[in-house]
This record gives sequence, structure tokens and C-alpha cells, in this order.
Amino acid sequence: MENSNPNQQRRLELEKYFDARGPFAYLRLVQMKRAWKQSNRRELTWWESTYIPSVVSGIWLTSKHFFHNLSLHILHVFGLFKDVPAAVTFQYPEKPRPLALRSRTRHRLTKREDGSPRCVACMMCETVCPARCIEITAAEHPDPNIEKYPAEFILDLGKCVYCGFCVEVCPEDAIRMDTGKLNIAEYSRENMIYDKKRLMEE
Amino acid sequence: MPNLTIDGKKIEVPAGTTIIQAADKLGIDIPRYCYHPALPVAGNCRICMVEVEKQAKLQIACYTPVAEGMVVKTTSPKVLEARKTVLEFLLVNHPVDCPVCDQAGECKLQDYYMEHGQYDSRLADVKVKKEKKAFSIGPTVMLDQERCILCTRCVRFADNITKTSEFGVFDRGDHSQLDVYPGKQLDNKYSGNVVDICPVGALTDKDFRFKCRVWYLDKTNSICPGCSMGCNITVEWDKTRPHQHKKARVMRLKPRLNPDVNDYWMCDVGRYDYHFIDENRIQYPQLKDELISWGKAIGTLAQTIKPLQDAGRMDRIGIIASAKLTNEDLFVIRKLFKDTLKISQVDFRVGEKPGDSDNFLIKADKNPNTAGALAILGDSQPDAQAIIAKAKQGQIDLLYVFGHDLVKLFGKDTVEQIYKNVKLFVFQCSNINDTCGYAHLILPSSVYAEKEGTFTNCQQRVQRIWPAFFPLGDSKGDWEILSLLSEQLGAPIKYRGSQEVFKDIAGTMSAFSQMSYEKIADQGMVLKK
Repeated sequence: MENSNPNQQRRLELEKYFDARGPFAYLRLVQMKRAWKQSNRRELTWWESTYIPSVVSGIWLTSKHFFHNLSLHILHVFGLFKDVPAAVTFQYPEKPRPLALRSRTRHRLTKREDGSPRCVACMMCETVCPARCIEITAAEHPDPNIEKYPAEFILDLGKCVYCGFCVEVCPEDAIRMDTGKLNIAEYSRENMIYDKKRLMEE
Repeated sequence: MPNLTIDGKKIEVPAGTTIIQAADKLGIDIPRYCYHPALPVAGNCRICMVEVEKQAKLQIACYTPVAEGMVVKTTSPKVLEARKTVLEFLLVNHPVDCPVCDQAGECKLQDYYMEHGQYDSRLADVKVKKEKKAFSIGPTVMLDQERCILCTRCVRFADNITKTSEFGVFDRGDHSQLDVYPGKQLDNKYSGNVVDICPVGALTDKDFRFKCRVWYLDKTNSICPGCSMGCNITVEWDKTRPHQHKKARVMRLKPRLNPDVNDYWMCDVGRYDYHFIDENRIQYPQLKDELISWGKAIGTLAQTIKPLQDAGRMDRIGIIASAKLTNEDLFVIRKLFKDTLKISQVDFRVGEKPGDSDNFLIKADKNPNTAGALAILGDSQPDAQAIIAKAKQGQIDLLYVFGHDLVKLFGKDTVEQIYKNVKLFVFQCSNINDTCGYAHLILPSSVYAEKEGTFTNCQQRVQRIWPAFFPLGDSKGDWEILSLLSEQLGAPIKYRGSQEVFKDIAGTMSAFSQMSYEKIADQGMVLKK
């Protein structure tokens, strides 16, 4: 009875073939869904198989945006419709796009007046970090009023997910994500690992 | 025996019991700073105030004796308001430097603030600063007077438990501060305990200071292997942040309550003697400067035993067990060497010099399981010293030593002669020591924190140890190594785990009868006479 539905039957067959349990179960599930989609693909009609409707609708969409933006830019020149934004192209690597003030960019460690890090190695950021990219080694500070300081502060940008939790949790305002640097690309993973010295350079 | 009601629950307790003790019996938690069950009552922190019906004022639970028909309320609005106010007073001059404080995470100020405080600060003045922030008051402990709430637990500990009276509270009002007496240092043998009893971060452990945050720690119950007292401890370890402490796993040891053995305390020697778990370990089997596999190591050993076994020359094998091994290890030694292979020269008494001792927790016998070794291996002749003497004269072909540093015990010359005269000198140990240099075959064994088993202390109490983590490198538990050897010798002694070994012990040895891991649990069981 329940297997009379052809879709249901195919589903059961697929589940038999793609066992959604055991190791890599998730990957297998994805595979299963993909196969499911492919096996359910609709046959094209004769008109559709000429591809004329798809080509026309594509040209229509592109032209719509082109003329919309073109007319808006012309109107902007005459000071009209200024509050309706028109699409702009940024010449990115040569001219970086302006960042919002609160956007989260590469981290830095803030300094005390004497140039030492404000960080007291309380391990809050290390604890809260969901990517486990911060590794702090604490040590005894010679000044008993500071007591604790980070002997080493390692931040692996290769692992970092830029969630900003470390900044939010810091009780000393010692770590900030306001350098405005986003174009962090390196040829090796090791170079993505920032130590205390690198994080304190602006 | 007065009857009283606490929060609607009825209980009958002996006369002279205080309200806090009765509440503890009922499982009702009353906040406390100065009260500690093992110390005399001071009644100065005032956080434990409760409402007693028909009494106009709130009473402190730690110093009010129970009376017949008493009705106590511990969560009435009046009590909660009092707790909040007391906490506000205690925190007036507290620096709230939790980010740099080692106590953060296990601090009672933090706990009770989250539970009962939650007020906004009303302090308009500047907090009173002390002259010095954190300073050393002895070889093991740092003091921070600003964090201190003057509960005087440490003062009473030094006055009543160690009777060394190092601490005092000086000056008055908000200038009063805790300190050691001028010219004195906190250097008694139990100084580490003041860190445990300090409810705030005023006293911190130099050994643990800044090493690891307490919320990273995992805890495993264990027994201190430092001496035959067998103090109950908790091994606190961390494997998630190896960068913080040079890949060491054990961060600190803390005493665990056992009223029959160590109460709440442990000595400093035991407390700080845990570095051997991670440092200086033998990690792989070694045959004359060459690292080998377990298969080859056990094979070499079996090849030496077999010809002797065939020729019936078991008197040319000497086994020196150790009282540092667990009951399970010793039982498998007995079963394999004494019962199966019929070797008569099996003993553990190497004649170590007795260490220092006192009449509290430190015992002269520095082995955790001497009583267990005597119960299992017996005091048969010849003893280990005689076996060593025989080995020195070349009357022994195979000498199998468990853990003893022979160079330290018998001198370099003796061990050198053993190295020359014995065909195979097997040394099974967890840490590198001088004797390793003279052994032909070195077998790495795991330390107590990596093993499951039992120790029998000087009171004949059998106590359990639990494995905290996997053995380092290729090291194995002592009885597991012997189990491998027994398979190679064709007389397999197979167990699925330490629990099964212990079942076998309980089944075969009268002293251990009716014992099991479940019954021993975390408080131990006394051996039968």
C-alpha cells in the first residue's frame, strides 16, 4: 500500500543504495539528495528544447538591469532620485571598497602607554573562540599590579571565522578587529599564523 | 536528639549540631565562606544567615545550635535579601580582577554573586588599595590581600590543623588585612591546603599559577602514590590546550574527601609530585640502545625464559616486583611467575631507607602499596636484596626489575656487575633513571594516572585509582605487559580489564574476598584479617 507511490518506491531504493548511516553519512545523504533531484528531472517540451525562451528571458533580465542602472545614473547627474541607488563597479585591487565602521576585519592587539599589550591573558577569547584559533601562553608579569601577561599570543587566521566573539568577550579591550585589512592571502599556512608581535603592528 | 524542620523537611540530629550541619545532611546548600567542616567555627562572613521562626533577627547557620521544634527557612525573601547585602559588603573592597585571578571559575564570590548578588554597584568611593598586590608568602603560596574577604579559614587551618600559626589578621576596619606574622613564612608541610580552603583567590598556588584556566580541567579520582598513607586525590588534567603548558597533561592534584584516610587534606610533597607523569618518560621498548616493537621485546624476553624453563633452571630467574605497583599488577606477577612458572625468587622488599614522616599524613614508607604487596606476594624468602646479591655474583640469568632505581638503592658498582653477569637484565619502569643505562631490555610501563587498579594503604584500606588518560607513547600497564609475555610462553593469562583481574583476586585471596570495584568505589574498603 505505502509502496504504491512511485516516488516513495524510488526513495526506498535510493535509501537502500545510499546507506545514510555509518561514517560519512552526511556526505552520502548529500549524494542521495543529488541523485534524487536528477532522477526527478522534468522532460523538456519541444518549444523549450529549442532554448529560445531561455535565451530571450536571459537577455531580458540583463537588459532590464542595464537600462535601469543607466537611466538612474543619468538621473543622478541631474540630481534626481538620489536616494535610489544605482549599481557601481569598484576597481577593487587598485581602489578598495569603503568599509563600514563596524565591519570585522583583521585583528590587532591594543597597547598600553608603554607599548606592552593590554592583554592580561585571561583566556576569555581563547575559551569563547568557536574555531579554536587563539592560543595564549600566560606568564607572570614583573609588575604585581598587572600580574599576568601573554608570553605568547598566537592567532591562526587560517582557522579564524571572523565571528568577533573574541572582541566582544575581551574585558580589557585588548583585541580589536578594526585594522581594515581583509586582503589576507599567503602562500603558506604558516604565514597565516600571527604571533604577538605581528598582531601588535598596525 | 532534637527534631527540627529546614525548608519544610524534617530531620532529627544529635544535640549540639549546628543548623548548617543539619542542612548539609538534608542536602540543602547554605552559602558559606568562613565555615569549613574540618575547622573551628568563626562565624565572621555572615553569608550563611537563615531565618529561624520566633526569633526576631536572622541567625548564622554555622554557629546556631539546633533546638527541639526549630523551624528554619533558608530561602525566605528576608534571607535572600541578607545574602545579597552581605555579598555587597564583602565585595566593597574586592578588586574584581577575575581576568587575572586563578580562582576564577571555582570562586565562591563569583558563584554566589551569580546566584544571590546580581546588584549594580552603589560604591561612590574609591576601593581601598593594599600596599602590595600579589606577593610570595612562602615557597608554595602567593597572597593577594586585596582579594581576601577575611574569612580566616587559613588562619584557623594554620592554628588548628598544622599548629604552626603562620597567619594572622592585622589592623582594623577596612584596613584589616591578612598576612603572615613578621619574619615568618608559610613553609609547613601542608601549606598547599590553604589554597584549597581559600574560598576566593587570595591564596594562589605558585605551582599552578597562570598555567591553565580551571574551566579547561578534567577531573579523575585517584590515590596519591607518594607514600603508604594513600591520600585520596583528584588528578586534574587538561588535554585541550597543550600549548599553554608544554604538552603536559596533569595540571595539579587536589585532595579528595575521605574521613577515614586524609579528611580534606594532603601534604605538599604529594601535591607537587606529579611532574613525573608527563616528564622524563620511557615511551618505547628498548633493547640495548635500539627502539623496538612490543612484539620483539616480549619475544626476546620469552626466548630467554623458555630454555631455562625447559632445563628446569627456574632458580636462575629473579623477579623484583615493587610496592609501587597496583594490587592487580602484583597479582598477575604472582600468577605468572610464582604459580605458572614456579619461580621462587619473586620479591619486592629492596630495603629502601625510610623517608621522613610525621603523625598526621606523611608516612615513612614511600610506597603506596606495601600492604597490598605483602598480602599478595607474601614475605617469602629470599627477599629482593638476596636476589640482587645473587645476580651480582652471576647466579642469575634473567633479572626482571619493576621500577626500582637500583643505582640509587645499591650503588653504581653493584648494577654494573649485574649488567655484566646477568644474561638479560629487564627493567620495566615508567620514568628514565640511572638504572636504564645498565638494563639490556627496557619496557615502558604506564604511571598511576594512566592505570586502573587498587592500592592498599598502611591502614589495610584497599582504594581505587582510575585512568585519567591513555598511556604516553607506547607504554602499557604492568599487568598487560605480563599478560603479553604469558601468551608468548604458552600459558596465557588473559583478562579483559583490571576489573576482571580484581574479580580473580577477590575469588582466590581470602583477604580480598567479598570485595569488588563497585563496593570499593571512591572511599575504599579495609582488608580482611
